[in-house]
Amino acid sequence: MIKIVKRDQPSKAIFFFTPVLAIFLTLVAGGLIFFILGFKPFEALKFFFIIPIADKYGFSELLLKATPLCLIAIGLSFCFKSNNWNIGAEGQLTFGAIVSGGVALLFYEQEGFYILPIVILAGAIGGMLYASIPAILKTYFNTNEILVSLMLVYVSKLILDYLVVGPWSNPEGFNFPETRQFSDSAKLPLLFEGLRIHAGIFLALAAVVISWFVFYKTYLGFQMKVSGFSLKTAKYAGYKGKKMIILVFLISGACAGLAGVGEITGPIGQLHREISPDYGFTAIIVAFLGRLHPVGIIFASLVVAITYLGAETAQIFMQIPKYTGQVFQGMILFFLLASDYLLFFKIKFIGSKK
Amino acid sequence: MIIDINFVGLIIASIMASAVPLILASCGELITERSGVLNLGVEGMMIIGAISGFALMTVTGSLIVAVFGAMLAGVLISTIFAFLTQTLITNHVATGLALTIFGIGISAMIGKNFVGIPGKEFPILFESLKDTIPLISPILFGHSIVFYFAFALPFMTNYFLKKTKLGLIVRAVGDSPESASNQGINVRLVRYACILYGGAMSGLAGAYLSMIYTPQWIENMTGGRGWIALALVVFSTWNPIKILIGAMIFGGLTIIQFHMQAIGVRIPVQFLTALPYIVTIIVLVVISRDSRKIRLSTPSSLGKSFHKDN
Repeated sequence: MIKIVKRDQPSKAIFFFTPVLAIFLTLVAGGLIFFILGFKPFEALKFFFIIPIADKYGFSELLLKATPLCLIAIGLSFCFKSNNWNIGAEGQLTFGAIVSGGVALLFYEQEGFYILPIVILAGAIGGMLYASIPAILKTYFNTNEILVSLMLVYVSKLILDYLVVGPWSNPEGFNFPETRQFSDSAKLPLLFEGLRIHAGIFLALAAVVISWFVFYKTYLGFQMKVSGFSLKTAKYAGYKGKKMIILVFLISGACAGLAGVGEITGPIGQLHREISPDYGFTAIIVAFLGRLHPVGIIFASLVVAITYLGAETAQIFMQIPKYTGQVFQGMILFFLLASDYLLFFKIKFIGSKK
Repeated sequence: MIIDINFVGLIIASIMASAVPLILASCGELITERSGVLNLGVEGMMIIGAISGFALMTVTGSLIVAVFGAMLAGVLISTIFAFLTQTLITNHVATGLALTIFGIGISAMIGKNFVGIPGKEFPILFESLKDTIPLISPILFGHSIVFYFAFALPFMTNYFLKKTKLGLIVRAVGDSPESASNQGINVRLVRYACILYGGAMSGLAGAYLSMIYTPQWIENMTGGRGWIALALVVFSTWNPIKILIGAMIFGGLTIIQFHMQAIGVRIPVQFLTALPYIVTIIVLVVISRDSRKIRLSTPSSLGKSFHKDN
């Protein structure tokens, strides 16, 4: 017989074990889906998860995709830890890219060491400005941040579309929806010859270190944790709730904006219509899979980045539709949430002992 | 400028047509939320309904099978959400987001083979009456059965919630699951039912889009309507009749862009497309500013898990 018993305390070991379990279950379910679609499951999974990162180029692509995911997820972990549901990181990324791209275009055909820092800063500020909208509306007008931040995603993509088709489009670009190429000084340097991985990865690593410090070594981190557990307790303790809401939104906006900078000033070096394959949404999954822990988020961003690469490889070699990537991402989150049940409940097998 | 009175009628009718999917999905979500469950997966359930309806119509050739199949698909996909949030007590927000991401992926995967296939003509009712009364006729007659159902739904939903025992149970579960449970009501069962009902309505909304409104399959064809439907529920302060008003406003915003372009208003098309989203934000701000009113009308246990220790 099986009996389900409530745990007295959430299990710490299981807290870090369930993400692994979730990934395993996703692979099993994914294999099943491939089987239903008429592919050999193991071969398909190999094309999806191993072949793409089997060589140097593939590994660089993995890091390239993991960088924005990690950066955004770190930012989101500030929001999620304190019970703020910012799900519009995609919009903050886009707006950050717009602002930094605009600044980069101002320096068209100019060179100088000071240009890149200004461009990066502009991206962070752009993301912060955009994230401040749901934050301010939430704190001063009691408006639901989930819906506002999400609506702003659509708006930001339309602003970008307007700019690259209209006023910012390349005058010599034969009406392609893209801007001029940024000057070399406005681009993040590539790290290795022939690979696309760029210096943006250091921004992500810096974010990891800083967030770890803030979470575990500062009063602010403690306040965030308390507010996440219980808003009432936070109120009794006299924390400035409104200020904190705005602060966590600004932090996560800045991170998303920086991810946007990486997308346009990296290998591409210009603004165009589709700068992000929904990194902002996928990063939500990364944040949860990484347990809102900086180190966990590094691993989670690598795992989820594979789903992007795998989807591309599987499409080329096996004609498996590329959306399988999204299906995998959705499943990871489903299984992760489901296996959290084990955090709070024990499953006991009761034998027929006397 | 001479305004043709029939033309005005046609514009109103087209606004109503674009309001249909919003009304359907919002009324479904309203019942779900009234039982205390916040399902952010409307966009995902809607797109699953859209592809299921279109695919079944193409494969079986039967419109009835397609419409009910789309609703069933919505029910099935919302079962995942119900199982996770009610049985495994997961966080509503995160589970709903997962449902949307999963739904968009699955729909595109299934839809790969249905891109570019022309849709079927959906029968319309009262076609012969279409030209009888100026202004009124184009509004009242010549629409699909789903259209009429959608405009009756808010009233039926209102009646259900206010006048029936089941409606009272749903409200009780949403406002105070503990006391409902003490009264012997199976809270989990009621919430399961309300979630699945929401799934069916979102599925129907999706089917309306892919089979009647723009009869074809386009990836991501719901284009954020699921999220606007969620916003409409807040806008309505959980009152089904007000959903009708909200959906007409947003339907109007969608339609107005086409006519603005047609008469040559020099506003960038992207701005007009962004208008419904911007207006949604503004409306949400105006509605939510009065925090007392919002607190009074929001189902008290909305988004909170309920677990009865046994």
